[in-house]
Parts: sequence; C-alpha cells; structure tokens
Amino acid sequence: MAKPVEVTDSDWDSEVLMSDTPVFVDFWAPWCGPCRMVAPVVDELAAEYDGKVKFLKLNTDDNTATAAKYGVRSIPTLMVFKGGQPVESVIGFRPKSALKTTLDKVLA
Amino acid sequence: MPEIRDYDIVIIGGGPAGLAAGLYAARGRRKTVLIEKGVIGGQIALTEIVENYPGIPQVNGFDLAQTMLTQAESYGMETEYSEVSGIEQRSDNKWIIRTGEGELLAKALIITAGADYNRLGIPGEDKLIGKGVSYCATCDAAFFKEVPAVIVGGGDAAIEEGIFTTRYVSKATVVHRRDELRATAVLQERAFTNPKMEFAWNTVVDEILGEEQVEGVALRNVETGEKSTMPVSAVFIFIGSHPNTDFIGDLVPKDAGGHILSDEWMATSLPGLYAAGDVRQNSARQVASSVGDGVTAAIAADHYITANFHDESPAPKAEAAKAN
Repeated sequence: MAKPVEVTDSDWDSEVLMSDTPVFVDFWAPWCGPCRMVAPVVDELAAEYDGKVKFLKLNTDDNTATAAKYGVRSIPTLMVFKGGQPVESVIGFRPKSALKTTLDKVLA
Repeated sequence: MPEIRDYDIVIIGGGPAGLAAGLYAARGRRKTVLIEKGVIGGQIALTEIVENYPGIPQVNGFDLAQTMLTQAESYGMETEYSEVSGIEQRSDNKWIIRTGEGELLAKALIITAGADYNRLGIPGEDKLIGKGVSYCATCDAAFFKEVPAVIVGGGDAAIEEGIFTTRYVSKATVVHRRDELRATAVLQERAFTNPKMEFAWNTVVDEILGEEQVEGVALRNVETGEKSTMPVSAVFIFIGSHPNTDFIGDLVPKDAGGHILSDEWMATSLPGLYAAGDVRQNSARQVASSVGDGVTAAIAADHYITANFHDESPAPKAEAAKAN
C-alpha cells in the first residue's frame, strides 16, 4: 500500500517540481493537532490514488525554506502540484470527501 | 443509497460533550454512533494546554480528546466522519439523521455540535486567511517568528492564545474594544506580566491590510475616534463563537443566538432529542461543564429509551459492541 513519503528542502525540486504525475503535499508539523488528524485521511488518499498522484509530507519545522517559498503560514496546508506549479491549495482540516473532490478536479 | 443504519443513540458532534455522552451511552450497552464532521475534540483540539479540567493539572487539548475517544470506543461506541445535512422525526418517534454517508436511524438523538469561532467580518479578513489571519495560535504562531502580531479579543481564548504566540512573535498587541479584559483573573495576571504583550484598549480593527500576506491593521479608538495603522505580520482573532445549529432548521426552539433550548436533563421540547454543551442555551462553555452536559444527556436518553422502546430488541451484547 502506498504511503506518503517525507520530502525535504533538498529533494523538493526532484520530487515535486520534476514529477511527471501530480503531487499532493501535506505541509505539517509535529505540534499541530489538526495535522495529526489529517494524517490518516492523507494515508487513505495515498492508497486510493496510488499510481495516479504522488503523496508527500513536508515538515514545516525542519524545512522552513520550502514552506516560506509557497507562503505557508497555517497548517495543515494541503497543496497539489501539477507540472511543477501549485494548482490547488487547501488550508485546515477537511473531510476526505472534500479532498477527493479537489484531487479529482486536478486529475480531470 | 445505502440502506438506513439502525442505532439506539446517535450523537452529533465529537467535542467533550459528545465524547462524554458516547462513553455513557456505550457503557449502558446502547448501540451508539458519534458523527464528527471535522476534528475530534472540536474547539479543544486546537488548545495547546487545558489546565482547568479537574483531576488533570495539564494536558494538551488534542491528546485529551483522543483519550476521551479511545475510552468511549473501548466500550463499543462507533465513530463516523461525515457531516449531518438534516434531521427528521418519524411518526414512531425515531429520528432520521442524514449524513454524507447515508441515513441513520436513532431512538434518541443527542446534539453536541458545539460552536465555531466568529469572524470579524471586516475588509481583508477572508482574503488573508492562512496568510497571516488566523483563528488558531497553536496551529499558526510558529510561522511568525520575531515579527509583531495583534490579538483581537479580550476573553479567555484571546488571552490564552495571545500568551502562546509570545513564544514566537516579537510583540503581541491585544486589541480590545473595551477598557478591561473578560478573561479569567489568572490569565490576566499572566498577560499583564508578559514582557511581550501590549494592550490597545477601547480599540477595534477596521481593516486588515496586505495583498499577498498580512502587512498591517487599520485601528480605530472607539472613545476618541482616532484612527491609526499598525504594521504587523499576523492577526489572531478570538471574538467568541456561534453554535452549530443551522442544520436543525426550525425543528426545535432556539434563542436569538441560535442556541437550542433544553431543560436540566438536556431534553428539548421534542421526544428523544437532547442538546448538550456549547449548542445549548446557558452553557458555561467549559470542557468540564460540557462533559457534565453530555453525561446528563446520555443518562436521560438511556432512561427515555427504556421507557419508550421496551418492546424492541435488547441492547447489544458486549462481544457485538466491541466487534467494531
């Protein structure tokens, strides 16, 4: 089963910007309650969209440069990248159905 | 549509009131499901430290909620993550609950849907949410290291969260429309002795400034009418809350603020319908009082089912309840 993989400032370009498939990034930090709640939902999505979307997690405490580059000032922030560009951004906890709608829009 | 699922007790909302009701309902061997649309714990899931819940000197709000959930689930309470779109009472007095996952049927329904924070409703606010405008200091304060912030409000949440932001921000200015705080005395003492906290009394925020991110706030003194601009990078807003009762419509009597009217047993005017915690009128809006409300509602619902549905199948056995 596909699980989200940790991405960092240093492998951001190769993992996200140069990805052939759309990339879903979960910006999170260990101290953030809602992030801990969204994590199992992202895990489920990673399994359901296996092969169609790449799922990554970025720890905003350890990777401040990337978080700052994309203006992340609230977490969880869930961003979808396509062709190296952020195309969708969701701030805060959302139910799985809402996130699926966002992903399906990108894949359509 | 999936077929309707049958329960003894359905609980709408997974904050302290709902989790406490779920624990008691499940221990009463009532087939129970709790429906949550967002984060288990509700408002406390966003609280860094809960230190006024008797018996627990200090606990992280999210952890407290998870512990309550695990405790209730260990007795067989089920949890469903979806949003309730409407409720309706059948002629046999059972309740139909419509959710994103289908329909549920309940002998008794406990509404513990809690409250959501209010927005200021001023220019710049919506546009800059997540870009410096925040309703959760524990979620977002860490993104504002060594920059100034304003805290809007004067109650417990504003002061507690304001104090939390001082771990990161260079200065936290509390903007309050009155000349004194409503917050608990202990919190006020902490705020007044915190070297990073400042206070703008009798002042309101008219506008949040910035395009891509928050750059400042336009302030107005309500006594003198004097206007000013304060450069800040973050605006944390804590100006009270409103009950989540829109989905009920006009089915049950509510007060002008949308709070459900319920009696000392949390019973509403409709048979088998209970309201507990922040959704009801005159709630003290504390974790401890919500827990008490939830327990009361579950006990009342249990008695109600015994008195009104005694011919129906018995409560689930322990094995059945734990199977989930």
